Amino acid sequence: MVSRSAASGSPQTKPQRAVARIDQNAPVNFTFDGRSYRGFAGDTLASALLANNVHLVGRSFKYHRPRGIMAAGSEEPNALIRLGKGAYAEPNLRATQIEIFEGLYAESQNRTPSLKFDIGAINSVLDRFFPAGFYYKTFMWPASMWMRYEHVIRHAAGLGKVADDHNDPDRYEKTHAHCDILVAGGGATGLMAALQAAKSGTRVILADEQNEFGGWLLGEADIMIGDCPAFNWISDIVAELAAMPNVTLLPRTTVFGYLDHNYLTLNERATDHLPSRPAHLPRQRLWKIRAKQVIIAQGAHERPLVFAGNDLPGVMLAGAVRTYINRYGVCPGQRAIVVCNNDDAYRTALDLHHAGAHVVVADLRAKATGPLMRAVRDAGIEILQGHAVIAAYGNHRVARVEIAPVNDAVTEISGDIDHRDCDLIAMSGGLSPAVHLHSQARGKLQWDDAKLCFRPSATHEPSFNIGACNGSFDLSAGLKEAVRAGTKAASATGHKTTALDTPIVQSHKQSWCPLAAWKIPNGHAAGRGPKAFVDFQNDVTASDVSLAAREGYQSVEHLKRYTTTGMGTDQGKTSNINALAILADALGNEIPAVGTTTFRMPYTPSNIGAIAGRDIGDLFDPVRLTRMDDWHRAHGATFEHVGQWMRAWYYPQNGETMQQAVNREVKAARTTAGLLDASTLGKIDIRGRDAAEFLNRLYTNAWRKLGIGKCRYGLMLKDDGMVMDDGVTTRIGENHFHMTTTTGGAAGVLDWMEEWLQTEWPDLEVYLTSVTEQWAVATLSGPNAGKILQDAGIDFDLSPAEFPFMSMKEGHIGGLAARIFRISFTGELSYEINVAARHGLALWTRLMAAGKAHGITPYGTEAMHVLRAEKGFIIVGQETDGSVTPHDLCMNWIVSKTKPDFIGKRALARHTMEYDDRKQLVGLLCSDPSTVIPEGAHAVLDPDQPLPMKMLGQVTSSYFSPNCGRSIAMAMLKGGHALKGQTVFFPMLDGSILKAEIVDTAFFDPKGARING
Amino acid sequence: MLIITCPFCGPRDEVEFACGGEAHIARPLADHKISDADFADYLFMRDNPKGLFLERWRHSAGCRRWFNVARDTVSNEIVEIYPMGSLPVKTAAKTTYKTSWRRDTAAEKAATPSRSKAGGSK
Ligand SMILES: [Zn+2]
Repeated sequence: MVSRSAASGSPQTKPQRAVARIDQNAPVNFTFDGRSYRGFAGDTLASALLANNVHLVGRSFKYHRPRGIMAAGSEEPNALIRLGKGAYAEPNLRATQIEIFEGLYAESQNRTPSLKFDIGAINSVLDRFFPAGFYYKTFMWPASMWMRYEHVIRHAAGLGKVADDHNDPDRYEKTHAHCDILVAGGGATGLMAALQAAKSGTRVILADEQNEFGGWLLGEADIMIGDCPAFNWISDIVAELAAMPNVTLLPRTTVFGYLDHNYLTLNERATDHLPSRPAHLPRQRLWKIRAKQVIIAQGAHERPLVFAGNDLPGVMLAGAVRTYINRYGVCPGQRAIVVCNNDDAYRTALDLHHAGAHVVVADLRAKATGPLMRAVRDAGIEILQGHAVIAAYGNHRVARVEIAPVNDAVTEISGDIDHRDCDLIAMSGGLSPAVHLHSQARGKLQWDDAKLCFRPSATHEPSFNIGACNGSFDLSAGLKEAVRAGTKAASATGHKTTALDTPIVQSHKQSWCPLAAWKIPNGHAAGRGPKAFVDFQNDVTASDVSLAAREGYQSVEHLKRYTTTGMGTDQGKTSNINALAILADALGNEIPAVGTTTFRMPYTPSNIGAIAGRDIGDLFDPVRLTRMDDWHRAHGATFEHVGQWMRAWYYPQNGETMQQAVNREVKAARTTAGLLDASTLGKIDIRGRDAAEFLNRLYTNAWRKLGIGKCRYGLMLKDDGMVMDDGVTTRIGENHFHMTTTTGGAAGVLDWMEEWLQTEWPDLEVYLTSVTEQWAVATLSGPNAGKILQDAGIDFDLSPAEFPFMSMKEGHIGGLAARIFRISFTGELSYEINVAARHGLALWTRLMAAGKAHGITPYGTEAMHVLRAEKGFIIVGQETDGSVTPHDLCMNWIVSKTKPDFIGKRALARHTMEYDDRKQLVGLLCSDPSTVIPEGAHAVLDPDQPLPMKMLGQVTSSYFSPNCGRSIAMAMLKGGHALKGQTVFFPMLDGSILKAEIVDTAFFDPKGARING
Repeated sequence: MLIITCPFCGPRDEVEFACGGEAHIARPLADHKISDADFADYLFMRDNPKGLFLERWRHSAGCRRWFNVARDTVSNEIVEIYPMGSLPVKTAAKTTYKTSWRRDTAAEKAATPSRSKAGGSK
């Protein structure tokens, strides 16, 4: 026996029959809206606030109406709370799910300046401006006003404020698990099914969103299982499950998503209930579980009744009232009206009566009989049959009601209105099975015309629905389903088990078939009377739903979007059935014909932090570093991201600006020598009998006759004829090639080659190995490159006769085994020196030491870009965008006319390829040599033409070239090849117009005279 | 998220795989003289059926092998998994293959004979 001792002078405590699940020896202090309160361990924020006589806990979304606590679980639409401070603050948490802990800090939401006095409540008076679809109607026209509207809407939209500091300091984890059977929901039937299945030895995971297993039974005082109170049965079965090695129990864990092939996502609130988090535990943990079988035991949600003023603080769901009395030992009112269309609420009347409250029952049904009614009458409680609460009134809490007799269909008031004082309304409109997970998994629903609810019919995934979520509200029936599902699921996973005896349940005999009464009349014309809410969180009233139907929003999906009913953090758990029943009524249609909206994950809001887990910051994406990275850092390099790689961008010296540093690096590469870390280039080792034939089909040019030790530039097309990658490939041996790709294209090119080999040409014998990270590459470029290699200790003859351009030799440099390629991306004498990755840094430092006397200068990717642009070399992905052919790039010279086939050959012959308005590569010289035209700038032929101007194309590369002494650019222009010599214009954002001449792309050394140094 | 049974590695999560789109699109050889419109059947036209679909998948984060999957796009039921270069044997999948409009296209007839029979793959 627990009687809750008074906290903050609350008068509302009385001894209860069952043992409440709070520990009165463990007081807990917490703060709500700046005031200190005391609750007990085991309390939720909602139960502790009610125990402290706090009923007003928030303001509503649209009208800023005072709102209280309506439910006792995750379906709560009203009591949304901002928890914590600063970076730890989290908005829109349900007070009914927050376990209190010492020092808990909570604030109400959506009120300015305070909960009791909220200036937004003026919206309530201006309500005729806020009908259904009000945003759509109000903010439609003129379009020029949208910018202003958007500000207003954004300011008004949303309930809670996010954290003040957006860097969430908490740690989240993700974990993967496999099991034979996942049981979603740890109420009576979930526990029973888990035990039944686990007895077979099958691996079971049982998850429940509450801190304790037991579900709604934790809040019931009048149910015996076996010969003892239900709670004893719960604790026995939980203890038995906990002792089984094949069972994992996950309390505080919501199964929030049910995806294909029995893949489920769970959010475990591992430490949210603790005043401080142990270092070894995350705040929350996301579980990704693959189960062979799923047993869904989600329970049901009680529906509100739709009467005027049903949103006042003090108007609660009848089942929730029982939970507060029995589980938390707090009676939420002293003068209670129970209003219902079913038997179940009579149990609330009895519990209220036993808790010492004065109770009146208003039953919408004219003739309800049975043992429960007798028990209530025997307790001396007044029952008004065929009566409804037609309106509730109060300021910050319900204070009085109007009760009136109604006709059998509850469509009209049929007698005099009676006024009663009260401080609590316990309402019950029947139960809606929580079919969310079943529906997420694309299970089918059927309408139960007797129980007035949708319940599961066919499942789509290997799963079972049991108990209340299956529409089996009677506990005995639910337990029988649990035994059956547990046995069947175990057997489906290959485990045998004999059916357990279903325990005997002793409870009031009751009917589970409520009266259909969706909208309670209030004696006013439609839309005139006080508001009767359907969706509490979104402030959608019964007349909003009817109005939407009249305006033509007849699909339930349209109704949802137009009125916003069923949106928000509760996703309409308490409101959806009422809304679509009222819609069906307005349309003169049957409820099942109207149907439900789509159930989507998450079941309840899930923290993004848990979904991101550790994949944030440095761990968001791997960063790849070259073997020379330490040197670049030690020498002050600035870096840029190239895909996952970090590449040295430029090496500023003595306070140089970027432009100054790049100019110096570019200059050095053409006057003395430059050294580039080219390790990130994609490298693929190609071997096999048919390697040459494969390259012949892959590239546009000929490869079969390439000599051993020779290099060749190749262009790769997709089969639509568009350029996808380029690079130099070298024949190492008869059946052995070394391919290079662009840095960004490496993985894609390997995928591409594997795909063709496996799917189109499986007869070719070719083996591919990515060797990008096996080789470190330093590119030495410039007139002094040969001298530096000599001084660095090269062991073979570098003379052009012995080592011509476009060839490769294997040798040693300073004792390091190397493959040296005489290829050039700068147009200068250039060597790409490849050594085993572990020798990369040694190679680099040796070259730098040997080059000191020869003016060696390290250069980064920016100088590399300028150097290649000076030569008019393209970069795939910069000049090209997947819609560019070799012809567009003036690269017909590389496309074989004689090969019978290569990837892209047929597509290049399509007639559309001959259109003369294709964008083609050209060079540009700005009329002002010091102005660098911005990349992406759009060209027009006539800057004075009317808007919208005819665009020719865009600048793809643009730099200042220190070697040309002026700015240079490349562009893709429509019919560009034929425009050579003409002038184009670039209208800029600031109103100025740049002017440029169309020229060839080879800006520097167009004859290629410098290639041998 | 699907479970896909890689013929080489066994059942794995979908995240390890990449879908390569419609299967059995035979590639016409470049030297065959088919019209641009016929070639477009190969290059551009892709089916997007509601129901059974024959598609290519690859175990990209595993063994990197390609294979064919007969999957119902509505229920996500995987009816059959069969090797690249072969045809399905389950009745429903076989019917899907045989009744495809592609079987009569000039593009498919212009493909290597062995490929078009095995239903090529690009
Ligand atoms: Zn595999």
